[in-house]
Amino acid sequence: MSTRSAVPPDARRVGWGQRFSRWDIKVSPYLYVSPFFLLFAVFGAFPLLFNVVVAVHDWHRRAGMGDFVGLDNFTWVLRQPLFWRSLENTFSIFLWGAVPQLVLALLIAAVLDQNLRVRTFWRMSVLVPFVVMPVATAMIFGQVFGQFGLLVPHLQDLGLLTGSDSPFFQDRLLSHMAIGSMVVFRWTGYNALIFLAAMQAVPRELYEASTVDGAGRLRQFFSVTLPSIRPTMIFVTLTMTIGGLQIFDEVRLYDGGGTGGGKGGADNQWTTVVLYLYELGFGDWQDRLGQAAAVGWIFALIIVVFSLVNFLLTRSISSSRSRGPRVTRAQHRAAVARARAVAAGSAGPLAAGLPPAPADAPAVDADLQEGANR
Amino acid sequence: MSTGYIENTAGKGAVRYAHKRARRGRPVPQHDSTGRRPGWLSYGLLVVVVGLSIFPLYAAAMYGSSTSQEIARAVGDLPTWFPTLVLLENFREVVTASQFNFWMAFANSVLVAVAVTASTVFFSTLAGFSFAKLTFRGRQVLYVTVIATMAIPAQVGTIPMFIMMNDFGWIDSLAALTVPTLVTAFGVFWMTQYLQEALPFELVEAARVDGASMFRTFWSIAMPAARPAAATLALFTFVGSWNSFFWPSVVMRSQLTMPLVVPQLKGAFTSDTGLVMSGVFLVAAPLLVVFVVAGKQLVAGVMAGAVKG
Repeated sequence: MSTRSAVPPDARRVGWGQRFSRWDIKVSPYLYVSPFFLLFAVFGAFPLLFNVVVAVHDWHRRAGMGDFVGLDNFTWVLRQPLFWRSLENTFSIFLWGAVPQLVLALLIAAVLDQNLRVRTFWRMSVLVPFVVMPVATAMIFGQVFGQFGLLVPHLQDLGLLTGSDSPFFQDRLLSHMAIGSMVVFRWTGYNALIFLAAMQAVPRELYEASTVDGAGRLRQFFSVTLPSIRPTMIFVTLTMTIGGLQIFDEVRLYDGGGTGGGKGGADNQWTTVVLYLYELGFGDWQDRLGQAAAVGWIFALIIVVFSLVNFLLTRSISSSRSRGPRVTRAQHRAAVARARAVAAGSAGPLAAGLPPAPADAPAVDADLQEGANR
Repeated sequence: MSTGYIENTAGKGAVRYAHKRARRGRPVPQHDSTGRRPGWLSYGLLVVVVGLSIFPLYAAAMYGSSTSQEIARAVGDLPTWFPTLVLLENFREVVTASQFNFWMAFANSVLVAVAVTASTVFFSTLAGFSFAKLTFRGRQVLYVTVIATMAIPAQVGTIPMFIMMNDFGWIDSLAALTVPTLVTAFGVFWMTQYLQEALPFELVEAARVDGASMFRTFWSIAMPAARPAAATLALFTFVGSWNSFFWPSVVMRSQLTMPLVVPQLKGAFTSDTGLVMSGVFLVAAPLLVVFVVAGKQLVAGVMAGAVKG
C-alpha cells in the first residue's frame, strides 16, 4: 500500500499498458497462427478422421449414415473391375503426361538459360498455359482430337487411321496420349521455369571449368547441369506425381461432359480413379458414399507409396548420371583454378569488374565434393 | 537476371559497377558463361513452344468466330485464321443463354476468388510473420505441422467434406467454396520463407521499442516488407481459385462458377461447335487479362518458389 502512494497519478494507465504489452507478447504469436490451425482442424484433420467412419459404414447422400459394415466397402471396391481399370488408366495417363513433360521442360529450360534477347517475353510466353483453365483446355483438345478436328482427317489421308469415330476417343492408349498431351501443355512451361531458376543457381565457374577442359555443350548439359539441379528434379517429380495422379478436370471434360458424357468414354477407356470416386459418390453410378470414401483411402495410400518409390527412383537415376563422367576432386579444383586464371588473364566476362570471389570458392568446392560423392 | 547473379556472387558494388559500364557502352558481364547470343535454333524452338502455348485459346477463338456451316466445311483445318464478328455474336448468345446464368456464374467466380485471395494473403502473412519473426514455445513443432499437412492428398477428404457441407447446409452455397480455403498451408509456408529473409529482426525490435503493439508491428512493418511475396501468393491463389473445378462440382448444384459453366455448354448448344468454343474462350479469357497485367510477377514467383522449395 505504501508503494502505491509513491507512484505518479497516471500509474493506472501505465500499469494497464504494461499488462497489455505482456499479454500481447505472450498470446499474439499463437493468435496469429491460429486461423490456419483452426481451419485445418475443421476442414483438414477432422475430415481425415471422419473418412474412416464413413468408409466402414453404409452411407448415402440423402439417408446419411447407415449400417456398420466393417471392411466390406474396401473389399467391394477391390473387387470392382472398373476400379482396377481406372487405376491402370490413371497411371498410363500419368506416364504419358509426365515423361514428355520432364524431357521438354529440361530442354526448354536449357534454351531459356542462355543470353537470349527479350528474355522476359519468352519466359512469360511459356507460362501462358498455366493460367488457361484446365476444363477449357479439355474442351479444346477434345475438339482438336475429334473426328473432324485438326488431326484425324490428316492421319486418315495418310492411311494411318480408319473408322468413323476418332480413335483418340475410341482407343484406350490413344485417348491416354491425348489426355497426357493436355497435362504436358499445362505444366511444361511452368516446370521449365522452375528448372531454369535451378540452372541459374549453378555456379558459372563449373561451366567455365568444363569449357576449359574441352567439354561441349551437350556434355556440359549432362555432366554439369543435370547433376547440379538434382534436388529440383526430385522436387518437380514429386509434385508432378502427387498432382498428376489426381487428374480429374481434363478427363471429365475431354468428351465435353454434359448429359451422358464425362464418364471416361463408353468403355471407360480413360476413366481415372478420382473420376471413379466422383461418379461413385455423386454421379450416376449409384449413391455410394461409403465405398467412395474407401476409394479415397486406398488411393491416398497408393499415392503416398508411389511418391516414395518415385522419390527413391529419381534419386538413384540422377545420382547414377552424375557418377558417369566422374572426375576427382583434385581435377575439379584444378579445372576451377585454371578457369579463374584464364578469366583473370584474358579480361573475359568474369574478369570485367568481378573479382574471382574467393569467399565463394569453398562453397563451390563443397558442391563438387557432394556431387562427386553421391 | 544477370545483375541478380552478380549481386549474389560479388555484392551490390559489383552491380553498380556493371551498370556504370553499361552506361559507358562497354560490355557488361553476363550471367551466361560466354555471354554470347544463342543461335537461330534456340529462337526457332522457342517460337514453336510459344506457338503451341497460345494455340489452344487461339483455336477456341477461331472456332468461336465461325458458324456451324463453316466449321462443318473445314474438316482437318481451322475454319478461319482471323477472328470475325461472329465471335461477338456468339459471346452475346453465351452470356444471354437461358440454360445457365452466365453473369451470375461470373459474379460468383469473382466473389469467391477475391474473398479467398484476400483472406489467404492476410492470414498467411500474419502466420508467416509469427513463424518467421516471433519467438514462442512450440513454434518449430507447429511449423513442421504446417508443412506436413501439405503432403496430404486432397481426395481423401472429399467424401467426409461433402457430408460436412451437407450438414452445415452449405450445399450449393458460396460458403462451401470459400470457407475451407480461407488460408492454406502453402500460403503460410510461402510467407514464412519470405519473411525469414526479407524482414530484419532489428526492424521488428525497433518497432517494439517504440511501443508498437504486436499487431501494429505486423501491420506497419511486416506487411510492407512482405508485399512482393504477398503479390505472388495473391496471383497463385486467384488463378487456383478461378480455375478450380473438382470441389465446386462436388458441392454446387444450381449455383455455378466459371468452370462449372463449361460442362453446361455442350448441353445448351449441342450441335453448334462455334458457340461452345466461344463460351470456352469467354470463360478462360479473364485470367488472360490478369496474365497480361501480372505475368512478369507470376514468372518471378514460379522461379523464386523453385529455389526455395
